Amino acid sequence: MSRLGSQILASILVNAVYEMKNYPAVLVITVLSPLSFLTLIFFISGGTLLAVGIVGGLIMTMFSAGTSLQADLSHLKNDFKLQDMVVGSPTSASVYVTGMALSELIYTSPALVILALLFGLFVHVELVMVLGIVIVMLLMFLTSISLGFAFATFSSDIVQSFAFTRLLSLLFTTLAPVYYPITLIPMPWRYLAYLSPTTYAAEIGHDLIGFLSLSADMLIIDWVVLLGLTIIFLWVGTKKARWREK
Amino acid sequence: MGQTREISCEGITKVYDGNKTALSSIDFAIPAHGIFAVIGRNGAGKTTLARILSTLLEPTSGKATIDGLDVMADANKLRERMAVVPQEGRTVAWMTPVQTVSAYLLWRGISYKESLKRAGEAVARVGLEDQADRLNRTLSGGMKRKVLVAMVLASDSEFIFLDEPSTGLDPISRQQLWRLLIELGKDRFVLLTTHYLEEAERVADRIGILNNGRLMAIGNMPELRGRLEHQYSLKVPAGLDLQVKVGETVDLENGQLQVLTTQDEALRISKNLIEAKAQFSVNPITLDDIFTYTVGSIDAEVREDKEADEE
Ligand SMILES: Nc1ncnc2c1ncn2[C@@H]1O[C@H](COP(=O)(O)OP(=O)(O)O)[C@@H](O)[C@H]1O
Ligand SMILES: [Mg+2]
Repeated sequence: MSRLGSQILASILVNAVYEMKNYPAVLVITVLSPLSFLTLIFFISGGTLLAVGIVGGLIMTMFSAGTSLQADLSHLKNDFKLQDMVVGSPTSASVYVTGMALSELIYTSPALVILALLFGLFVHVELVMVLGIVIVMLLMFLTSISLGFAFATFSSDIVQSFAFTRLLSLLFTTLAPVYYPITLIPMPWRYLAYLSPTTYAAEIGHDLIGFLSLSADMLIIDWVVLLGLTIIFLWVGTKKARWREK
Repeated sequence: MGQTREISCEGITKVYDGNKTALSSIDFAIPAHGIFAVIGRNGAGKTTLARILSTLLEPTSGKATIDGLDVMADANKLRERMAVVPQEGRTVAWMTPVQTVSAYLLWRGISYKESLKRAGEAVARVGLEDQADRLNRTLSGGMKRKVLVAMVLASDSEFIFLDEPSTGLDPISRQQLWRLLIELGKDRFVLLTTHYLEEAERVADRIGILNNGRLMAIGNMPELRGRLEHQYSLKVPAGLDLQVKVGETVDLENGQLQVLTTQDEALRISKNLIEAKAQFSVNPITLDDIFTYTVGSIDAEVREDKEADEE
């Protein structure tokens, strides 16, 4: 096994494998939260928003990976001082966070599998569209993981950090038009939704499954913003995260 | 093992938030082997110094090197060779001692199989073979601390930083920890911070005394003793007329008076005190006495802490 492999494995073992063994309830929660939203949307819309909700669930799950990462890293850093031990070791910030990000992916995998199954059953689109959705999910993941890491390295108070995590997911996955189409928001308010990075991802996703039909201009703007945000946040995560303290 | 390797600081200064000076121009150069204990009261700057030397914190100014490698410029090279247990470092609750040590070794780049083998050995070496596969959260405080020591023990790190590893441990656990520290110090450099002076005196090859961000003294015990003119210490309740002819008296602020003096004078005063049936103690000077002489009584600080708590 390569040295890099070992270092990434360490993060995955600590943050996913060993933890899951001891707190299986956490796994149940990550599966349940997208599904419970989906159920709600399904009944309220009389089934018409099922496809939108499934795509929303996929996007939310990817975004939550970043907020969970932020919570987990802060917990390990502040309560166990683990980050200090890792900083003072051959593992670099980017390798540490790559392993941790993969561990979040492992946590979300059961939810992703269930949502993917539902997608296969109830959403009928061409393979190119599926590919588009996978790319959107990947960009969402990179954005939220980078943000989560940068915030975690600055955190020093675990209580504040947990509150922060909940605030992020409330604003960006519950309130933002991820589970429901943006067209349901009345006009002047709709602009507010564009403050959330998840809005762009969801809009593209809803377009790809044919629920919204955006103009080409709109679609290009959405992709550019989404890509731009991903690049900016990746930069923030790699350059602005605080590894050695100032 | 090269005896010429050095750990050195030149003008290391740390100012937090632009106004809180934690270290003022620290200068020293000592061999980078054996145990170096940094002692001082709470807030003296021990953690700040340990964090700067272990590449966790940027100094505001100054230069520090370990075996010729700069803690700023060559941090990545140093991190290959060092291991750190920070102050209040804890074992992750949902892992076992073997998993804890093994994961740490993985982060150090060691293969999974090798990491498990070494983890098992190190956990046994710190006396936790019966707890090896129990969850950390079910271990006592002393055991958890031993797991962290097993972590650095299992690594090949040449430079080890332990920030207050014994704080909060009961006396037995502390002595067990001392044995492990001495073992660690045999073939590596260990920087240990502590406010237990007895600990520093027992385990350290060299001691640095920090006070208010300044390095007041540094050296081995004979060198530190040499700073004091007199090598005997007598402690008596204040208010007795001792008629000290040689030496000096220090008010300990705890109702006691300390006399630092020569062996002959200590004997003479002792005889008088025995005749007067007074309670007293006499002994060759310890690190405690050197510390008191250098920065003032640690008892006074404990009292201040208590008063602060009561407020
Ligand atoms: N992150 C920080 N920000 C501001 N002040 C700090 C910080 N860390 C330590 N200090 C201050 O610097 C001084 C030295 O602290 P520290 O190095 O932790 O001392 P010790 O480890 O000897 O108790 C103290 O006065 C402390 O309050
Ligand atoms: Mg400290």
